[in-house]
Amino acid sequence: MRVHSMFRVSLCAAVLIGAVSLRAPAAPPPPDAPPVILIQNATVLTVTKGTIEHGSVLIKDGKIAEVGAGVKAPSGAQVIDGTGMFVTPGIIDCHSHIAVDGSVNEGSISVSSIANIAEVLDSDDISIYRDLAGGVTTANVLHGSANSIGGQTIVIKLRWGQPAAKLPFEGAMPGIKFALGENPKRSNFSIPGREKRYPASRMGVEETIRAAFTEARDYKNAWDAYNKKVAAGEKNLIPPRRDLRLDPLVEVLEGKRYVHSHCYREDEILMLLRVAKEFGFKVRTLQHVLEGYKVADEIAAAGTGASTFSDWWAYKVEAYDAIPYNAAIMTRRGVLVSINSDDAEEATHLNQEAAKTMHYGGLTHDEALKLVTINPAIQLGIDKRVGSIEVGKDADLVIYNHDPLSAYAVVQKTLIDGRVYFDRQKDIAARADLEKEKKALLEKEKKSSKKDDKKDADAKKPSDKPAEKKPDATKPEEKKKPEDMPMMPSADAATNMSSVTGGAR
Amino acid sequence: MNHSSNMATLRLFLGAVLSLLLILSAAAQDKPAAPAVYAITHAKLITLAGSPIDDGTVVIKEGKIAAIGAEVGVPAGAQVIDAKGLQVYPGLFDPITQMGLSEIGAVSATVDTSETGPINPDVVAATAVFPSSEHIPVTRASGITEVLAVPGSGGFDSFGGRGLLAGQASAIHMAGWTIDEMQIKRSVAMVINWPTINTQSFDFTTFSRKQKPFSEAKADYEKQVNQLTEVLESARHYAQAMGHGGPSDFERDVKLESLVPVVRGQLPVLVFADRARDIRNAVEYCDKHKLHMILAGGEEAYKVKDLLRSKDVPVILRPVLTDVGEDDTPYDRLMTQPAELVAAGVKIAFGSFDNSFARRLGQNAANAIAHGLSPEDGLKAVTLYPAQIFGLSDQLGTLQVGKTANIIVTNGDPLEITTDVKYLFIRGELTSLENRQHRLYEKYLNRPKSEACQCAVPEMPNKLKDGPKPSGLLSNTKPN
Repeated sequence: MRVHSMFRVSLCAAVLIGAVSLRAPAAPPPPDAPPVILIQNATVLTVTKGTIEHGSVLIKDGKIAEVGAGVKAPSGAQVIDGTGMFVTPGIIDCHSHIAVDGSVNEGSISVSSIANIAEVLDSDDISIYRDLAGGVTTANVLHGSANSIGGQTIVIKLRWGQPAAKLPFEGAMPGIKFALGENPKRSNFSIPGREKRYPASRMGVEETIRAAFTEARDYKNAWDAYNKKVAAGEKNLIPPRRDLRLDPLVEVLEGKRYVHSHCYREDEILMLLRVAKEFGFKVRTLQHVLEGYKVADEIAAAGTGASTFSDWWAYKVEAYDAIPYNAAIMTRRGVLVSINSDDAEEATHLNQEAAKTMHYGGLTHDEALKLVTINPAIQLGIDKRVGSIEVGKDADLVIYNHDPLSAYAVVQKTLIDGRVYFDRQKDIAARADLEKEKKALLEKEKKSSKKDDKKDADAKKPSDKPAEKKPDATKPEEKKKPEDMPMMPSADAATNMSSVTGGAR
Repeated sequence: MNHSSNMATLRLFLGAVLSLLLILSAAAQDKPAAPAVYAITHAKLITLAGSPIDDGTVVIKEGKIAAIGAEVGVPAGAQVIDAKGLQVYPGLFDPITQMGLSEIGAVSATVDTSETGPINPDVVAATAVFPSSEHIPVTRASGITEVLAVPGSGGFDSFGGRGLLAGQASAIHMAGWTIDEMQIKRSVAMVINWPTINTQSFDFTTFSRKQKPFSEAKADYEKQVNQLTEVLESARHYAQAMGHGGPSDFERDVKLESLVPVVRGQLPVLVFADRARDIRNAVEYCDKHKLHMILAGGEEAYKVKDLLRSKDVPVILRPVLTDVGEDDTPYDRLMTQPAELVAAGVKIAFGSFDNSFARRLGQNAANAIAHGLSPEDGLKAVTLYPAQIFGLSDQLGTLQVGKTANIIVTNGDPLEITTDVKYLFIRGELTSLENRQHRLYEKYLNRPKSEACQCAVPEMPNKLKDGPKPSGLLSNTKPN
């Protein structure tokens, strides 16, 4: 059973032609060996090994080969002058919905573990490029929050220009989205004429999760018993019936799949931690966790990570006690904390959002930067590969023109696996040509539609199509799509109309 | 907050709090507070009316700036704030918010941002501004001292139904016991949500996206514009009738009456439009109908900058930290637009267009500066320029003698994320920077260490033996 369509909702042909050929300012890097690059004379914020003034980073084979003050450029190396610049590890967004084709929510049922984001990755999503331009190199792409147990999730690298098959972060643990509170109980959501879906209370959310894991445990036991008999050489056995909905939950029980749970209120946070304990699995991250500061000790004791917003609040009741000091309190109480976006636009300035924890709660510069680099890397189990500037790690780097923990910092280049995937100068330089190409395509489209209309007219009756084919008319009104309705920040919020798509935050 | 708590307990509790507040306020009323005199000394003064003064004094008296400069003395009896190492700026002005009109976006009972129906020129924001809204002190702590509460301006999680003629925006101080104290000017602009030719819509009854032909969408658009014209024409006739005699001569119509200052050109129209075509249509319309237009939104204002300049239409720009519309638009289009508009001679200001995100006003201005806007224009676009655009610069927007003392004292650039506001004055009163969020912070920062923790999980029971082993491979560290 496929719950997501693999086919894109078709856009108007003219727009599609324009978009595909125009929107990729950075040419996809060739699939050959990555170049040797030396970033020279920059302030290198390694995150785990301190800050190096006038430092250099040498990149070889896509990895960080050397870091220090006196690194010499090997012959043939491409040298990037980092004078006045700041180099950081690539930003890691622990809660993203970019690169997803269509809705992020399979909202019809309360346990939608059968749905898998990995199957609907869209490498053409312009948000990949825009987030890259904001320094993001890795994103935890999550299912929405319409269900107590939601769909399967995947960690990707923002390799813009590569096909969807090249986006997944190789070897990263897959995840599953859980959600607690107003969204799974559909507090701000209803479809006229449709019956209310269970659960409709926080009590029911707990029981939904408990029931699903009770089933999953039985299912696992049945398979274990079967496998044991097979191993013992018994013949003519009938295997238990395969259940695609329970398979991912068994993976959770076996520690092969991370749980990333959307939550807001203190009571529901503790509820989930208790249920997880009951079934012997770990909640890898609590997402949003806006009241995490109230139960920080409990979260720390459970060994669970927390991934939160910088300063969002009051958009719904469960966000009314949200405070921008959340990250700071949880950090001080020993919780591993990250700051996430939940929104393609918000992700473009996660460095700034992390900086807010210095203002609200007094985290240090190092602590603040960790919230969007090494901490989310640990939360996603990929910190051996990314999250800091260390020899041997992936060369996922950002070059800023200013201290990144400032509203004045602008990303100049973003590298993934040692390749420059975003270059601000090149982006700017390419704009005039793109504009020309766009005009030419639109002209061509106008002409061909005129010809079509003429043909129609010749063939049969006149139509009113010319008016419809004006380029203006074919512009998609993107602000009106339900996913994008809130103007600032834009993606699908949890309330009212946005919940039509199920809601994410 | 436990919203399912016993209502009786809640009422009792609220009752107790109320009585306490009454006692306190009664005590305060015993001696009517004489307006205090303050002197901020040894500060760097960024007046926005001339060059900064490195070591200067500001004297605040009777709600106004009484003296300012390097050679100003401290009056006898003044409360002195030694601001050595600190900087003084005019407070920030957010010209588009739903301040006091909306508390919790998803709870309609707490939202009074727009009326039902398309024609509501008579409704006024100030009427519904809730002085005790938690958003006010939270926003104030970021240095915002005055805002416009704007009906029909949407906001985060606000959908549809904003109305064509949505009502009158009110300018308010970000402090005051009552709206009368808060009010700067009850009516500063009439809000028009400019209709747009929209070929796509979402139908709730069938729960599906609907596409309509351009011709039909255009007809809908024209119908709305005609509706607007009709109302304005009626208002013009009404104004003439009013000019010829008293209300006894004709039947009073409050909606038309509220539009009289608009058609007489005395009250500006604040027109929300983002697409170039809509902006162009709106500007031409207002020009033709002799309306004093201020543009709000303006995502594509750069495409019509010459028109905006030639018709002298200022723009309140929505946050530059907003998703860029189309796929083939440069990723930083909204960031670079402010500098481009200023270079073209268009007057701009920044607005948050929101409530809970109002405190990002400075951050937005800073991002525009990072993309080419001059720091001076960036700062003025959240202080002086909005005051000028809404005709309030005689009272607000700069540090000058005689102006209302809405002032912030900071330890740095007020637009930078990490800067702290140390003191804040509204109407010359030293105003608290405390708020609900800070109280919750203090409370839970000091929560005793939890001893009985029920949530610790034993190590994973199932250590993987064979098969794919993604868990340990990439990670050095457990979350804790």
